[in-house]
Amino acid sequence: MAGEENSLLAGYRVLDLTDEKGQLCGKLLGDLGADVIKVEPPGGDPARNTGPFYKEIPNPEKSLFWFYTNLHKRSITLNLETSDGKEIFRRLVKSAHFVVESFEPGYMESLGLDYAELEKINPGIIMTSITPFGQTGPYAHYRATDIVGVAMGGMVYIYGEMDRPPNRLSCPQFYFLGGLHGATGSMVAHYYRELTGEGQHVDVSCQQAVVLSLMIVAEIWDMLKYSYRGMGPFYAGARPGGLPLFSQVIYPCKDGHVFLLVTGASQAGMVSSSRALVEMANREGMALELKDYPWQTIDAATISQEELTRLTDAIAGFIKTKTKAELSSLALEKGILLAPLTTVKDVVESPQFAARGFWQEVEHPELGAAITYPGYPIKMSEAPYRVQRRAPLIGEHNQEIYEEELGFSREQLGILKNGGVI
Amino acid sequence: MSRQVFAGLKVADFSWVGAGPQIARELAYYGATVVRIECHRWPETTRTAGPFKDGITGINRSAFTAAYNVNKYGISLDLNMSKGREIARKLVQWADIVSDSMSVGAMAKWGLDYKSCRKIKPEIIYFSTTQMGQHGPHNKVKGYGFIGVSYAGYSHLNGWPDRDPLPLFNNYSDFISPYYLITALIAALIRKRKTGKGMYLDQSQVEVGISFLAPLMLDYIVNGRVACRMGNRDPYVAPHGIFPCSGTDCWVAIAITNDQEWQSFCSVIGNPDWTKDPGFSTMLGRKGNEDDLEKFIGEWTSNYTADQVMTMLQEAGVPAGVVQKAGDLFNDPQLKHREHFRFLEHKEIGVHAYQSPAYRLSKTPCSIAKAAPCLGEDNEYVYKEILGLSDDEVADLLIEGVITTDTDIPEVLCGK
Repeated sequence: MAGEENSLLAGYRVLDLTDEKGQLCGKLLGDLGADVIKVEPPGGDPARNTGPFYKEIPNPEKSLFWFYTNLHKRSITLNLETSDGKEIFRRLVKSAHFVVESFEPGYMESLGLDYAELEKINPGIIMTSITPFGQTGPYAHYRATDIVGVAMGGMVYIYGEMDRPPNRLSCPQFYFLGGLHGATGSMVAHYYRELTGEGQHVDVSCQQAVVLSLMIVAEIWDMLKYSYRGMGPFYAGARPGGLPLFSQVIYPCKDGHVFLLVTGASQAGMVSSSRALVEMANREGMALELKDYPWQTIDAATISQEELTRLTDAIAGFIKTKTKAELSSLALEKGILLAPLTTVKDVVESPQFAARGFWQEVEHPELGAAITYPGYPIKMSEAPYRVQRRAPLIGEHNQEIYEEELGFSREQLGILKNGGVI
Repeated sequence: MSRQVFAGLKVADFSWVGAGPQIARELAYYGATVVRIECHRWPETTRTAGPFKDGITGINRSAFTAAYNVNKYGISLDLNMSKGREIARKLVQWADIVSDSMSVGAMAKWGLDYKSCRKIKPEIIYFSTTQMGQHGPHNKVKGYGFIGVSYAGYSHLNGWPDRDPLPLFNNYSDFISPYYLITALIAALIRKRKTGKGMYLDQSQVEVGISFLAPLMLDYIVNGRVACRMGNRDPYVAPHGIFPCSGTDCWVAIAITNDQEWQSFCSVIGNPDWTKDPGFSTMLGRKGNEDDLEKFIGEWTSNYTADQVMTMLQEAGVPAGVVQKAGDLFNDPQLKHREHFRFLEHKEIGVHAYQSPAYRLSKTPCSIAKAAPCLGEDNEYVYKEILGLSDDEVADLLIEGVITTDTDIPEVLCGK
C-alpha cells in the first residue's frame, strides 16, 4: 500500500470481531494506519443492519453507520463456532497484533479463544474486550442498548427539561465511548509490548467511559453531595447550603439559538466577554442598564437569582435581534464566549473544517458514488491522514486472505463455504 | 509486578482547564513523570470554578482541578518573565513530550511553540489541542468545551422536538478529545523510538465532536436529512424511553429491540390485556403507537423503584437500567467492583475521589498514587531534583517572583 512510511501503525494487524459495540476501536487503529481485518459471521455482521442507510435503502451493504465505523478495514467471513473456523482464526492470531471483540463476557472462553488461549499461540497478542459493563462483576451480563448504557453511566440525568424525564442525546454515544477507550487501552498495551514483547488483555467498560465523560458531575457529588440534574436552558450551579443558581446559557436568536455565558468573576476571559457583549448591545441602544456593570465582582456563591436573571434577561433582548451568523462573527471579533448551536447542515457547510481539510472523499465504486466522510481530528506533521479504503463488502477479502495469504486452495474454500465456515 | 508502561517517560505539561490535562493524566496513570506548569498570577479556570471542598473557595480546594491532575508534579512559574521562560526551556530540554492546550498563539508568544521547542530539542513530541485547531478562518474561536459542543452540533440534538435545544453541562467534547490525542500520541512515541524523530500533533476538539456524530453527518451528506433532537425516542426502536419510578425524580431506561425481548417484557409485567392488542404485539404496531405504549409502560414502572425494574427486566434478558444520579454512581456495585473511584488524601481537600481509566490492563494495571498537587506544591522537587538548580538559584527565583507564591485574584475567590 502507498504511503506506508507515513502510517504510524503500518505493519500492525488487527483482527476485529466486534459488532456495533466495538467497531469504532478498530476504525481508530485503522485511522493510524493499522491493517484491520473485520472477521464477520457468514452472512455479515448484524451491525450492518444499523441505520441510517445510503439513499435510505435498508440493506446490509448500505449502512452509513457501518460505512463509517468500518473505514480502512478488510472483511473476511468466518464462523468461529466451527472447528475449522477456530483453527483458521488461531492461524490468523499467530501473525496478528491485536484482537478486538465485543461478545458477551464468557463467549470467547466458551469457544476456547479467550486471552489465556490466544496468548499461548502468540505471547505478544493484545486482546481488547469491549462490553457494556466489563468482563466481571454483578452487571457483567446485563444487556445494554445506548439509552440504557448512558443512563447507567450518569449521562441521562444531567440533560433534560425540568418538567419532563431526563433525556439522552439523540445520537448514540455509549458504544462509541467504549470503542474510543478500547483504542486508548489497546495503545497503552501496545507501547508496553513494544518495550517487552508481552501482550495482555484489555478489559473495557463502556459504562466507565460514560462516567469519565461527565466533567465534574461526580466531583460535585464528592464535594457537595449534590447530584446535578438537567434543568432546561440553564446551568443549575450547586451553592453551599442553598438552592441551585440558575444561569441561562441557551438563548433564542433570530434564526435559531446560541450558547452564551453571561458571567464574570475572577476569570479575565469571562469579564471581557461580558463587557464586549454589553458594549455591542449598548451601541444599538439595548441593555443600557448594564453599561459599566462590575462583572469582576460577580460571585456565583452569593449573587442573588433576581440579580442574575436581570442580567441575562437584558442580554436575551439583544440576542433576539441577531442571527446566528451575526452573533458568531461578533463573538470571533470581540472574544465573546458565545457559540451558535449548529445543525449537521451548518457543520457540513462551515468554512472552518473545509479549510482544515477535515472532510475526506471516499470512492464507493459499487454504488457508483463518492461519499464525503468526517476525517481525522488531529493533524500530524509527519504522518498525514489517509483513508486506506472504504468499508468492505461482506467477505470482500476472503480470496485475498484465505487464498493468497493462508494458501487455501479453491477446492478447500469450496468445502469451507459449503460447511458454513466462511 | 511488571514495570509500569510509561516509566521514565517525561512530560512538560503546559496544558490547562479540561481537555488538555487529561492527556498527560493518562500517561501518569501508567508511570510517566509529568510536571504541570502553572502560575499564581493567572490561576487556571478550574481552580476558581469549583466544586470546592465544603463549598469553601480556594485555589487548592477545587476538585475540578484535582480530577485531571492526579499523579502529576505541580510547579508555579511566571512565563511572562524572561527568567520564567528560561526555566520553561530547561523543562522542554528535559521532556519527551510538551503538552499545550492554550489559545492559538499563546505558546508562540512565550517562545514555547513547536517551532521554538524543536530548536531546543529536535526530537520533541509536541501536541496542541484547541477548539478549532491551529489553522482556518475560525482558529481564534476561544473558550471552553461548551463552545465546542455548540459548534459541533450537540445541543441541537439534545432535548425534545417541541422545545428549544438544551445545553450539555458536561462540555462533552472536552472528554472525548483527550482519548483521540492519547492514541495518536502513543503512536508518535513508538515512531520516535524507532526513528528518533519528533512530531507535532494539532487537534481540533470540535472535529472530535463532529466525529462522534458521524452517522448523522453522513445522513445529511448522503440523504439530506437534518437530524433533530427526539427526546428519548429512537428512529428504529419502540419502546425506547425513560420511565418514571417510585421515589423523587427517579427514572429507568428501557429499550426493547426485538420480539423475543418484547415477549420477555410482557411476561415480567404479567401479560396484561393491552399487550395482546395487535397495536402492541408487533414491532411496527409498537412504533406506530408509541404515545400509548409509553403511557402503559410508565404506569407499570411507577409501582417500583428503578432498581427493582432494572433487576426484574435484566433477569429476563430485557435491556433496562437505572437513570443513575451522581450519588448513585458512588454506590453502583459494578463501578465498585471495577474500582472506578479511588480515594487519595489531597493536602487541602482531604480524602476525595479520583476516577480510574475505563479499561483494565491485565499485566500492567494503572497506579493512582499521588493526589493532585496544590499550586506549586512540587517546586522544591522539580526545580532542585529534576532541573538541578541550587538552593541559592531557587531562592533568587522566589525573591524575584519568577517562581510564584502569591495570587492577585480577588480574595473571595481564592479563599485567602
